[in-house]
Amino acid sequence: MTIALETKGLVKRFGGLVATDNVSFKLEHGARHALIGPNGAGKTTFINLLTGVIKPTAGQIFLEGQEITGLRPELRVQRGLARTFQINQLFPAMTPLETIGLAVSERLGGGRDWWRVTGSKREIIDEIVEIAQRFRLTDVLDERTSNLAYGKQRLLEIAVAFACRPRVLLLDEPAAGVPEAERHELLATVAALPRDVSVLLIEHDMDLVFSFADRISVLVNGALFTEGTVEEVSTDPRVRAVYLGESVDE
Amino acid sequence: MLTILFDGIAYGMLLFVLACGLAVTLGLMNFVNLAHGAFAMAGGYITAVLMNRMGVPFLATLPLAFIGPAILGLVLERTLYKRLYTRSHLDQVLFSIGLVFMAVAAIDYSFGSQQQLIQLPSWLQGRVDILGVQVGLYRSFIIVICGALVVALQLILTKTRFGSRLRAAVDDPRVARGLGINVSLIFATTFAFGSGLAGLGGALGAEILGLDPTFPLKFMIYFLIVVTVGGTTSITGPFLASLLLGIADVAGKYYVPSVGAFVIYTLMIVVLVLRPQGLFERAR
Amino acid sequence: MSTNIADHVRSSLVRRGRWGIGEILFWLIAAATLYFLPERHLILNEIAIIGLFALSLDLILGYAGIVSLGHAAFFGLGAYTAGILARDGLADPLLGLGAAAIAAAILGFVTSFLVLRGSDLTKLMVTLGVALVLGEIANQASWLTGGADGLQGITMGPILGLFEFDIFGTTAYAYSLTVTFLLFIVARRIVVSPYGLSLRSIRDNPLKARAVGIPVNRRLVAVYTLAAAYAGVAGALLAQTTQFVSLDVLAFHRSADVMLVLVIGGVGYLYGGLIGAIVFKVLQDVISAWTPQYWQFWIGLILVIIVLAGRERLTERVRTLWKGVAGRTAKSPETLPKTSTREV
Repeated sequence: MTIALETKGLVKRFGGLVATDNVSFKLEHGARHALIGPNGAGKTTFINLLTGVIKPTAGQIFLEGQEITGLRPELRVQRGLARTFQINQLFPAMTPLETIGLAVSERLGGGRDWWRVTGSKREIIDEIVEIAQRFRLTDVLDERTSNLAYGKQRLLEIAVAFACRPRVLLLDEPAAGVPEAERHELLATVAALPRDVSVLLIEHDMDLVFSFADRISVLVNGALFTEGTVEEVSTDPRVRAVYLGESVDE
Repeated sequence: MLTILFDGIAYGMLLFVLACGLAVTLGLMNFVNLAHGAFAMAGGYITAVLMNRMGVPFLATLPLAFIGPAILGLVLERTLYKRLYTRSHLDQVLFSIGLVFMAVAAIDYSFGSQQQLIQLPSWLQGRVDILGVQVGLYRSFIIVICGALVVALQLILTKTRFGSRLRAAVDDPRVARGLGINVSLIFATTFAFGSGLAGLGGALGAEILGLDPTFPLKFMIYFLIVVTVGGTTSITGPFLASLLLGIADVAGKYYVPSVGAFVIYTLMIVVLVLRPQGLFERAR
Repeated sequence: MSTNIADHVRSSLVRRGRWGIGEILFWLIAAATLYFLPERHLILNEIAIIGLFALSLDLILGYAGIVSLGHAAFFGLGAYTAGILARDGLADPLLGLGAAAIAAAILGFVTSFLVLRGSDLTKLMVTLGVALVLGEIANQASWLTGGADGLQGITMGPILGLFEFDIFGTTAYAYSLTVTFLLFIVARRIVVSPYGLSLRSIRDNPLKARAVGIPVNRRLVAVYTLAAAYAGVAGALLAQTTQFVSLDVLAFHRSADVMLVLVIGGVGYLYGGLIGAIVFKVLQDVISAWTPQYWQFWIGLILVIIVLAGRERLTERVRTLWKGVAGRTAKSPETLPKTSTREV
């Protein structure tokens, strides 16, 4: 398998604090990869580095073999790196239909189009429909986003990222705050995405990812602690220890 | 030359007393209060009316010029302003512009649109020669009063319990609330106090700045410059900004009158573009 | 099943682009006033101009979320550009309009880089500062602008070489209304386009907009420039139809007034500026007749009340009302035949 996303010696310091400590990481093509770690392990910092929200102190980032370390966030999106946020980042005053339509038409270069009415292109319509069905949003398409149930908002968040037709999809705790019953369904939806989309899932809840991922990396104190298959990581006593140590703290 | 510097410092100190209340509303409540100048105008008119119509001596009017706007500020804060803290900046701007329009028209209606002149007591008139520098007595008086106020403010902020609570509230209102600090009481007190200071500044400045119904509009930009250029997390920032602005304005009007306020506005834009957080603040 | 959804999606999206009956009525009534209210053409002309000015503010405030206290900068620049051209012999109105639009657009483009930095407050200050600087320049450069005396000696040629301006303001009103209408159509197209959608998304949540791959700054620069050009045209219309320009066009109260106009009519649906202009002018007329000097007080009171009563809620209500009346299209989306996609 080829590599979709790679970091080499990635470091991020905030003053004296090392938030990301020399992380060299590979995401394989078509992978369903999970990055887990206790609270404060630097998971979100890592994803922010990948997407360009913050700049690394040292190290490089490659998307499909091309370096993107210095690229602005929106250009990374255009190159095929999309993300979701841990806390819902949506457009509260727009409908899911408009939101997905926006992402689709932006990707097709429509955002510079100021004369055509949105939705007059067949390809855009078809894609909106496809995405809405995939993420089970067809029944709420015309509601105001701020009025949607939380689980639907989470789905919409992922749907929007997916509408950017990413090569790599970064999901920052997509199931956070979603009722227990809906969590596995949500992750199943993600797992069922086409295999040409590589997914990196960031998650705090270890047990949740075992059903989803085929590979797991563990981040502790900003550094890669271990990496392996679900089998290997779930039986690794050190990983359990890291989590247990944390839960004692809490 | 030194006279201009001196006049500039007096002017700057006056600006500080006028604007520091705004720094607090902005820094503490994150409220864009364009009506701040209206409180200053109220103070000015209290002094002018008491002196000219009732013959009260100048010094005796000053406490009233403080108390009047302070009470007005307290009432408005409790009844109107506090509803708007959580609103968008656009709403705050619209609301306070509305207040300014009302204040301007109301003053115009009650006292006419002409300049209000006040007659300074004789011991404050004239100039003296100190070490070859021509120094206006009234400006020295302003510097002394305002200087004392600055020191007092600094002491209140750093040494008293109220000051430390206020700083905590400015830093993070939510955390402050969590510590059991009555933030809304602090809001009201500082708002009233800031309005009072503005009123006092308006009274002191009536002679130098001029006083007519358009006062809040004319000086709005100056107050805003002081707080945006100076930043709002301490009082040193606005204080330095006031001095700079005062000296630059006086010197500019003296040396290059044809350029006028142009320089001030341009400088403000440049500063804001380069240092959006203010000139004296660490970038966050 | 899937085709049903596709139809629904399409009609939902396209519906926004379609003209409602109420909208058509609105403009028909506006056109009718040309014949039925001849004695009111002077004030109607002002309404059309203020409406266009407020419309331009709506583009940046309502669609891009930029709070500006200095929108008069562009209005004033447009007015002076058109006025100076006409004074110096270039009397063709459309030429002046074009020049004003270009001048204001250039100023908008350049200053947009200053405005788009920093917080709301910085934006307020920078926009205000730009307008003040321009006001100072106009004041000082009296050889060019006439300074405090105002720009005099403007004589306009006939529009398109055909229509002379008359003293009743009929030509002026027809001219301003036509220009406002044409620019409105363009603005209306823009806000329902993908570009307009991306602007709304930026206003809603700039961080997320970036995450969807939208070049946020470039979009904002574009709309700021466009809005500046609109304001410039509005200013030019004022200069040409009143044949006079004074420093007043750059004054702070103009920026404040236009904001008020927009707020009265409601932000973010384009008609707000136009409706606000009508209400504002009628109010001004009524109040000034009653108490000429102090009408500012009542305007201030109205502002305070609007804000305290919950501006957003009011706007929402006006907008829904407007949608109810104006947004009703000939066919409801459910009954829309599959073929009638109204491609444009």
